[in-house]
Amino acid sequence: MTATSIESLPETAPGKSSRSGGRGRPGWSGRQPRSRLHRISPLILAFVFVPFAIEAVWVFWPALQGFWLALTNWDGLTAPKFVGFGNFHDMVSDPIFRTALKNTAIWLVLFGGLSVIGGFGMALLLQKERRGVGIYRAALFTPVVFSLVVTALIWRVFYQPDGLVDSVLRGVGLGNLVRPWLADPDTALYAVILPALWRQIGYVMVLYLAGLKAVDPALYEAARVDGASAWQRTRYVTIPQLKGVNSVVLSVIVIDSLRSFDIVWSMTKGGPYHSSELLSTYMYSTAFQSTQLGYASAIAVVIFLLALAVILGYLIRAFREET
Amino acid sequence: MTNRFKTSGYHLAMGLVSFLWIAPILWVVVISFRSFDDVAANGLGSLPHSFTFSTYKSAWQDADEFRALINSLLVTIPAVLLSLGFAATAAYGLARYNIPFRRTVLLLMLMGNLLPPQILLIPISRFVELTGYYDTLYALIAVHVGFGLGFYTFVLHGFMRDLPREIQEAATIDGAGPGKIFGSVILPLTRPALAALGALSFTWIFNDLLWSITVIRSGEKMPVTPALLGLQGLFVSSWNVIAAGTVIAAVPTLVVFLKFQKHFVSGLAIGAVK
Repeated sequence: MTATSIESLPETAPGKSSRSGGRGRPGWSGRQPRSRLHRISPLILAFVFVPFAIEAVWVFWPALQGFWLALTNWDGLTAPKFVGFGNFHDMVSDPIFRTALKNTAIWLVLFGGLSVIGGFGMALLLQKERRGVGIYRAALFTPVVFSLVVTALIWRVFYQPDGLVDSVLRGVGLGNLVRPWLADPDTALYAVILPALWRQIGYVMVLYLAGLKAVDPALYEAARVDGASAWQRTRYVTIPQLKGVNSVVLSVIVIDSLRSFDIVWSMTKGGPYHSSELLSTYMYSTAFQSTQLGYASAIAVVIFLLALAVILGYLIRAFREET
Repeated sequence: MTNRFKTSGYHLAMGLVSFLWIAPILWVVVISFRSFDDVAANGLGSLPHSFTFSTYKSAWQDADEFRALINSLLVTIPAVLLSLGFAATAAYGLARYNIPFRRTVLLLMLMGNLLPPQILLIPISRFVELTGYYDTLYALIAVHVGFGLGFYTFVLHGFMRDLPREIQEAATIDGAGPGKIFGSVILPLTRPALAALGALSFTWIFNDLLWSITVIRSGEKMPVTPALLGLQGLFVSSWNVIAAGTVIAAVPTLVVFLKFQKHFVSGLAIGAVK
């Protein structure tokens, strides 16, 4: 996903021919690690070591601590007390955790699924360069540049009791549907998913547009000559050709869904009555509002485990292409 | 004839979709110019009956969004420069030199970026407290640099690896050391990728909420994205002021997007094409 994709940048890297001969880099010839080290200048080692050390301090070490804390009870004041898998055991009988888990699953399916369908559909509609397409693409893409807090506030203005949503519903005679959208436990989660989708669809569209651009036009030409209809061309040429993009989009969507925090926190803080609680928001409020740091770490570990398969898939794919 | 129908139908439909997509933004902009009395009398759902700039003055001065914007820039600009700078040196070393365990190092660095941030929140808030950097912008910059490095290194590594080795050999024969080759040969050739990542990371860091509320507590140190949430508490039900504050907070990323549109989109597309 790295090298080839960058070639779609405005100016491309000169010469990919180097790839075949890329092994003859300076400093390659040494066989044993020891002699290799001698050949590489200290500056280069520092070039790699300093950033690695920074990430170690700010990511690797805290992550290890996080896993350890998940096995403890900790109020942040006294020393953490080791409880083994006690926190995970507690989760099973924690109704809020179960709600958060269920909502996270709903979020994955609705937010993830609909943004893929919407983004892919829009990319299909807007893939052909023709007049006006640039404007349509820009319109769909604009929300992507806003922060989720901005997005949340824009939509909160809508959902206000006398706001546009209610005015429109009353206007078309559906006034009986009007309700406090974000304060009603039945609608809060869905009222939060909608703005999240509004922002995500443009992003997924851009990913698919880049993918569609990379499909060899000769394939379409051949299919057309063979008499394939537009639908058949999409089904049997486009979709199989987009396999690589699909797996990237899938990983991005799953990782994004599990990380989703900002939009929920800005709109409902997980309420009312935890009806829009996700694992991420529950983790945050457990950690920083009720200071059950051990339990919160355990929730974070659950989020990690849910993302693990996707993370591993992403890494494997990334490194298969490295070699 | 049918073709023309089809074309106008297409533009009609797409025009409508685009308009609906932008409408929420336009609506908030309209509300931000309405006076409080107008909103109170006619409701948020009605068309405007007034025009005022006082909302922007309230958001800018009373809510001190000016300071929040400065904080945002004080965090975002150093964080973008530092993380891209460190990522570029790491990518250069890993892509162009045969460093021991280089694949493992690259793998670990990318993996760090894929971790859900939730697992890091508690240890990092503890760590910045212990080191005395809790509630400082330095802590926020460091977190962004540390967490972003892995991804930027990975992308830049892919880019640098594909630069032809002849260029580097020529520079070596001319007597240039590794540092010189990096500064005057490799880095200039990496500019498109740096621009794409720069535009992308600017919006990511500028738009961040989670890290800000984790390592910063005082209102006067908050960047604009989390400060916007505080605005809600400050101006309860003054939705015209909140709308103005939202517009102010959205402008910087919009400007970056419009100015670096091409880089921005290609940055997002990194990873889409396998």
